[in-house]
Amino acid sequence: MSDVSKEIEQLQDPGAAPHVLRHADTDPKAEKRAERQVAILFTLSGLSSLLLIYSYVFVATDVFIFIPVMGDQNAHQLGLGLGMAFSLLFLGMGAIHWAKTLMPETEVVNYRHEFRSSDEDRDELVKTVKHAAAEVKLGRRSLIKRSLGFSLGLFALPPVLLLRDLGPLPKKLLESTSWKAGTRLVTDPGNRPILASDLEVGAVVQTLPALAEGTERLLSDVAKDPVLLIRLRPEDFQLTPEKLAMTHDGIIAFSKICSHMGCAVALYEQQTKHLLCPCHQSTFDVTRGAKVIFGPAARPLPQLDITVDDQGYLIARAPFSEPVGPSFWERNSQ
Amino acid sequence: MKRLSRYRRHRAAAPFLLVLALLAIGTTFNVASATVKQSPSSYARTAAIDEGKQIFLKGCSSCHGLNSEGGAIAPSLIGVGAASVDFQVGTGRMPMADMSTQAMRKPPVYNAEQTAALAAYVASLAPGPAIPTDSVLNYERDGNTAEGGELFRNNCAMCHNFAGQGGALTQGKYAPTLMGVEPKYIYEALITGPQSMPVFSDKTVTPAEKLSLIKWIKAAENEPNLGGATMGRIGPVTEGLLAWVLGLGVLIGIAVWLTTKAR
Amino acid sequence: MTTAEQRLGNAANFVDERIGAAGWVKKSLNKVFPDHWSFMLGEVCMYSFVILLLSGTFLALWFDPSQRDVIYDGVYEPLKGIKMSAAYASTLDISFEIRGGLLMRQIHHWAANIFMAAIVAHLLRVFFTGAFRKPREFNWILGILLLTLGFVEGLFGYSLPDDLLSGTGLRITSAIIQAIPLVGTYVSFFLFGGEFPGVGFLPRIFTLHILLIPGAFLAVITIHVMLVWYQKHTQFPGPGRTEKNVVGHPILPVYMAKAGGFFFIVFGIIAFLSAVASINPIWLYGPYTPGQISAGSQPDWYMGWLDGLVRMSPPLETHAFGHTISWNIMIPALIVPGIVFTGMAFYPFIESWITGDKREHHLLDRPRNVPNRTALGVMSITFVMVALINGGNDIFATNFHLSINEIMWFSRISIFVLPPLAFVITKRLCLSLQRADRDLVLHGLETGRLVRMPSGEFVEVHAPISDQKRFILTSHEQAPALEFSATDARGVKRPGAIKNKVRSRLSKAHAVGLPKVSAEDLKEIEHH
Repeated sequence: MSDVSKEIEQLQDPGAAPHVLRHADTDPKAEKRAERQVAILFTLSGLSSLLLIYSYVFVATDVFIFIPVMGDQNAHQLGLGLGMAFSLLFLGMGAIHWAKTLMPETEVVNYRHEFRSSDEDRDELVKTVKHAAAEVKLGRRSLIKRSLGFSLGLFALPPVLLLRDLGPLPKKLLESTSWKAGTRLVTDPGNRPILASDLEVGAVVQTLPALAEGTERLLSDVAKDPVLLIRLRPEDFQLTPEKLAMTHDGIIAFSKICSHMGCAVALYEQQTKHLLCPCHQSTFDVTRGAKVIFGPAARPLPQLDITVDDQGYLIARAPFSEPVGPSFWERNSQ
Repeated sequence: MKRLSRYRRHRAAAPFLLVLALLAIGTTFNVASATVKQSPSSYARTAAIDEGKQIFLKGCSSCHGLNSEGGAIAPSLIGVGAASVDFQVGTGRMPMADMSTQAMRKPPVYNAEQTAALAAYVASLAPGPAIPTDSVLNYERDGNTAEGGELFRNNCAMCHNFAGQGGALTQGKYAPTLMGVEPKYIYEALITGPQSMPVFSDKTVTPAEKLSLIKWIKAAENEPNLGGATMGRIGPVTEGLLAWVLGLGVLIGIAVWLTTKAR
Repeated sequence: MTTAEQRLGNAANFVDERIGAAGWVKKSLNKVFPDHWSFMLGEVCMYSFVILLLSGTFLALWFDPSQRDVIYDGVYEPLKGIKMSAAYASTLDISFEIRGGLLMRQIHHWAANIFMAAIVAHLLRVFFTGAFRKPREFNWILGILLLTLGFVEGLFGYSLPDDLLSGTGLRITSAIIQAIPLVGTYVSFFLFGGEFPGVGFLPRIFTLHILLIPGAFLAVITIHVMLVWYQKHTQFPGPGRTEKNVVGHPILPVYMAKAGGFFFIVFGIIAFLSAVASINPIWLYGPYTPGQISAGSQPDWYMGWLDGLVRMSPPLETHAFGHTISWNIMIPALIVPGIVFTGMAFYPFIESWITGDKREHHLLDRPRNVPNRTALGVMSITFVMVALINGGNDIFATNFHLSINEIMWFSRISIFVLPPLAFVITKRLCLSLQRADRDLVLHGLETGRLVRMPSGEFVEVHAPISDQKRFILTSHEQAPALEFSATDARGVKRPGAIKNKVRSRLSKAHAVGLPKVSAEDLKEIEHH
């Protein structure tokens, strides 16, 4: 590589600027002063440690003191924290001030070496390696070579295989929820069944499927089961006949798990009748069957087919007809 | 408005209005609780309603229509109930200052008596949710903080944030902060669903649960600063900002001090 | 000889007689380190890592990473009687029932945020000054590796308390994993030990968070620092400084005292923040359950740009042959960061391919003297900033009375428009700074003093700058662009014509600059 900058005449390197002595180097008074400053900083550090110890031992954890701007603060926590902070800060500042004012500060020059090894070394290395390779005669022992390849190839597999039992196979788990035909919708929290008449127009209810007697709700079920009930005026719906048939008396039920990344889409705007996911702002139009009208979600929220049982409580007429929640490779979205 | 102010200066106006308001509250409550029991003083009730109607015609009808039937820019008020009026007017959201994306909380335009009269008038149009009384609102006695927190995170946090600080809705609308809101107004908002907020029916979130919610919100309001300044309780955004500015910023300043030559 | 010196001598003798370290240590102690504030950024990273190890060990003494259900019965009233995981409950206990526990939690979290901020700042310093050039390409790649490890470690760390916010983050993480074609669902099931949120995930990431990843960190940091040690630190150009030397303070005593003191200051600042500013108040978030969510759910800042990209992504999904590909997740959460990180890792080699420069470099560039690289850096920062702002769009909307939809559309357009714009503006800016340098060398400093000439005109007096300053402003290299002729000497078309064309184009763009002042120029001026 030719370096063109050498073609024009470079300015002469004038050498480093002359060394300027510090006050503390020339003036004994300044030196004493710097020494005192360092000592004061170290002392303050020690005192701050005492504040920490005092706060730990003597300040109760439920004492609050008023600090301007910050408001009421927990005295215990503040004393511990400030004690620790200042003991460290003053210690550090003392050390640096010491180094800056009193320690020798003349700059020193080191020389660099090139990282490339000398040609002799490199030649030697190549020769050694070649010689070793020749001695092993790998090129001529093809039987060993092939079997070694076989061995190494399979050798890499077991570590991966051994991780197999980390979890169960997905099977069809992502495609099902706890909803079955006839499952009652119950309030979350509260687990109370809901009458259709309990909802005024504009009302929402966060619901889960009713639990069978004596069973516990698993979090993995809560990750798929939540359903949002919303009541609109029946004339507000702009749904296909099939989807309209899935509503009951103006009450429509959607999976609360976002079709984008699985956050809870519970943010219902009563006037615009839009559902908003607070994670990534996907917006769904309730009147049009939770059609995506904004944001990154690509699919409407699955709608639950609901009706009432003979006691008037809201129930699922059928399970979800599609998987709820975020997409996955095996999901058949057609 | 002028005529009203003239009456307001009358010596008997204050006591008269007070009596009127008390009667109005009482009667609306009776009306709304849908008991057929006849009010002992139907005259006072009518007076409050008339008073409310006058205020309504002056201050509200231009948007909500002469018969509260609603219009292009404002909803119908038939059946919204006294609670809705008390919430909207009592928190200063109504009358709206301008046609912004949503009505903001601001100092109320009407005083307590006028608000009560308005509520009585609107409640007389059709039955709707009534204003909760103080005995209903005894959240200290009837609420449970932890249960309220659970309800809050299920029903409210998605809009109002985990600590009730408020959050963004679509198209510039927002869920307001719940800090410093009177329990009565929280309760009313829950049962009436003002603006973007949905209704939380008494059957699905019971009155007792609503009081638990209020108790939790009040606890959040009075939550002491346990770990230092809270920076708005809005999550990691302010934390990241502070880490850069006050954390790395100060450290760079110190690095500059450290590497400059002492004099 | 004082007794203290005698003792020290004895100790040194004891060690040296057993491991013979005197030679190496003596050589090492003579190592010099150049002084510049920006050289301390790497130290901030290392020190905050040490603070993370210390505070993390404290937390691990009490933290229970289990996902088994418990009913909370601690001192924090608003959560009493609530069902939660043992992980969350033990985090509450650390916060409220271990004295100093909350302080340590906050130190750990602030240190993590500052650790990542310092890594990014350090990376930018190395990039803009060209410190990644030969022979330091390995160390640059190790740095990128550390940054990547930091992302994962941070994500795992803030997920461990199992509060509502961290659970939401994990829900999103699981959705990203599920979006990987073919294997995503399986990987997700294996990681979580079943369907999200699984039963084994927290204990698993706990082991990774406190053992495997910190171990990897330690190993890579050690190599990273040893390489700096072995290759010696770069230095800014200046009088007396060349490619063959390094000018600075020796390790003993000045550098040791300064660097040691700086450790305590970094720790002190982090402790101060932890004393006065609350971070990750998990008791307010509540325990995680997938059916709940809070408005304004954001990740920590270093993940914010990825979240912002995910938010602004268009709703694209492909459904075909019974399978689903989520482009709306894959592009912003896997493909773009993949390109960004790979591009970063290979940048030193890309630049050297463009410039054809295969020499060693120990003198740093002033960013203005390499306009193309500087512009590329600012362009990347702009890209990440737009994404980061969109990651907090709901917070910005509520605090500045904007609409999330407007911010989203602003970001969607800006992510394509602003970075190129930043590139062009930065390049122009660098060139005008070069011009300013040139003027300064040729005409000296404007003093603001006006003098009336005998002819009656006013001129401003320019004070000449010092020789040292003049040397600093002119000592940079200005390598010409590579040129490839399409045909060789015999007129035969060379292979790889398109590649060469691209390369010479890039090289030309890279070599753009104002000719610097030469000694002849100065002589000419003096003659005037």
